[in-house]
Amino acid sequence: MLSTGFLTKSTTVSAEHMRPSQLPEKPVVIIEPGRAWVGLSLRDLWAYRELLYFLTWRDVKVRYKQTLLGAAWAIIQPLLTMLIFTLLFGRLAGIKSDGIPYPIFAYAGLLIWTFFSNAVTNSGNSLVGSANLITKIYFPRMIIPGAAVGAGLIDLALAFLVQIGLMIYYGIALSPRILMVPVLVALTTLLAAGVGMWLSALNVKYRDIRYAIPFLIQLWMFASPVIYPESMLQGKLKYVLRLNPLTGIIENFRIALFGHSSFHWESLGISAAITLFILVYSAYSFRRMERTFADIV
Amino acid sequence: MRPIIKAEHIGKQYQLGTREAAAYSTVREALMGVARAPLRRFRNGRRKDTRFWALRDIDFEINPGEVVGIIGRNGAGKSTLLKILSRITEPTTGRAELYGRVGSLLEVGTGFHPELTGRENIYLNGSILGMRRSEIEAKFDEIVEFAEIEKFIDTPVKRYSSGMYVRLAFAVAAHLEPEILVIDEVLSVGDMAFQKKCLGKMGEVAKRGRTVLFVSHNMGAIARLCQTGMLLEQGRLLFCGSMMETIAKYMQGAASTSAEVSFAPDEKKRLQVLAARLLDHSGQPSTELDRVNPFTVSIDYEARARIEGAHLGIMLDRIDGTPICYSADIDTAPDRIIERQPGTHRATVTFPGGLLNAGVYQIRLGLGSYSGEVYDYHEPFVFQLNDHGTFAASGTGGQQRQGILAIPLQWNTTELS
Repeated sequence: MLSTGFLTKSTTVSAEHMRPSQLPEKPVVIIEPGRAWVGLSLRDLWAYRELLYFLTWRDVKVRYKQTLLGAAWAIIQPLLTMLIFTLLFGRLAGIKSDGIPYPIFAYAGLLIWTFFSNAVTNSGNSLVGSANLITKIYFPRMIIPGAAVGAGLIDLALAFLVQIGLMIYYGIALSPRILMVPVLVALTTLLAAGVGMWLSALNVKYRDIRYAIPFLIQLWMFASPVIYPESMLQGKLKYVLRLNPLTGIIENFRIALFGHSSFHWESLGISAAITLFILVYSAYSFRRMERTFADIV
Repeated sequence: MRPIIKAEHIGKQYQLGTREAAAYSTVREALMGVARAPLRRFRNGRRKDTRFWALRDIDFEINPGEVVGIIGRNGAGKSTLLKILSRITEPTTGRAELYGRVGSLLEVGTGFHPELTGRENIYLNGSILGMRRSEIEAKFDEIVEFAEIEKFIDTPVKRYSSGMYVRLAFAVAAHLEPEILVIDEVLSVGDMAFQKKCLGKMGEVAKRGRTVLFVSHNMGAIARLCQTGMLLEQGRLLFCGSMMETIAKYMQGAASTSAEVSFAPDEKKRLQVLAARLLDHSGQPSTELDRVNPFTVSIDYEARARIEGAHLGIMLDRIDGTPICYSADIDTAPDRIIERQPGTHRATVTFPGGLLNAGVYQIRLGLGSYSGEVYDYHEPFVFQLNDHGTFAASGTGGQQRQGILAIPLQWNTTELS
């Protein structure tokens, strides 16, 4: 309805607020169809680090609000499992435990295992569970499986306190080797993030993954030295199981706690290398798959 | 001026049935599913006939500070375009350059968690929308005040009424301050008063020089907020120009709005509109009328009790919200009271032709009483007055005449010397 001439002044769109703002020289965002090879865009991830914190915080808060026993679950799960394992494997089967009382031996393994398995399960199902976010807002998608892993750390910290309590009960002194605990936990976190991220992306495409995860987790536990010590294994089997990155982590975690031997640097090195490989591979394949998340989730 | 958004040949192709069938129910099926997964992928790769273009060859430029309304029928590709611009989904073809941060609001309350309190959700939702923690802290009080939920800030939002929920969600989003704001149909929720407040807030955002892209079916809101319009149809950009022209083009796409509406009887209402029709001078329902001819609104309503002091009011607005004229059925009653007996009634009112300028208008209806009670309220029609003659089009510079009215006035010119 705009027209030229003296009569139009009052009705033209007020140009006052159309002041030219300072536009950057280069586009802030470029949108185009995905190229075959995508970068990891770590800078983007860094820019959204607060969201990672808030989503982790939400997962923790919501879980504790909705449950009757709240934070106690973090302790109940490994503790009860430990009791059953002690009865079955420690007493009945008489599995050796490197001279450490079986209950704390098993509990130490279960600490890492419970954290890892919960983190992978939650993270693997996280993207599908966040469909409403994915289809409505942009942020680096890796944050979703990442937050699911992060939330498990709180449980791990709580369960760890019980570990300390048990060690005091069994009269086991702490050694300086305990300083390795944070490193080993960090390694577990990275491994869980790598596996969880990859599964979560596949889960968007193939919902079968949801059913495959519990199965995979169950098999993985028997392939990890949770119930038994690595020293129990002989020959080729030992080397095959060392390819499982959790083997090196759990073995060294026990050493860090109980100080019953020096660190197995070789198995730790293998674990770290495989973890790194899984993480990088997952990150790239996640980036490749995430382009279609919003369309198919 | 350099554009803040530059889009070239944007296209988006979807594949129908990409979504896999619902979750499997048994382990056996799950394992079969795993075995079949690669096969399925293979098969899908070959079925090309299920693809369709949701968007095709979209080119446009938007200048900084522009407030752009995107309209079109359902399935025209509006939401897909917003999703591409807010990086939720990737285009299949083309390229867009954005010279500013984008904030998008495609849904009210994205990421809200029912178990968390109002306070916690403000932080969570704010950070999901891309606000920094410090930014949220700085605006926290303002958000709470805007949402009018001070008392319930520490109550889990699952206990909120739907109105409170929407107010809080919108309040967070309204305080988002990116250079480019992308908003989908979100104002259709919430009560009228709050909608107005939101529109006000968005108008403010626009005045501060932010670029806004806004999708809505509410022609009134879009006409009030936006200067520039984009009309999408079947994935293509059909028209781009001033908002009023765009709305007019949209209206010409016939059948886009209905000239006959009916409402399901609601026994709870003592006085209720059952149906309404917009009729041209020959009595045919139409939303495209000739401005020189009179048009009639016919309203069927039911009184479920004997009601005194009620009136049936009608409001004619220009689409941008400018009120033009109000009238009520009691205007014609000598003692300004119509005693309404229980039963259904039909009221008709005719607006004269040759008075209003060509353009897009809206009709609103209300059944109310002078004590302020509202029995029923509707916004049934958006319609267009076309100009088939030459009068309205004979403004300065050969353009359409300015103004709400286009009346041929009598001029007299006398020679003074």
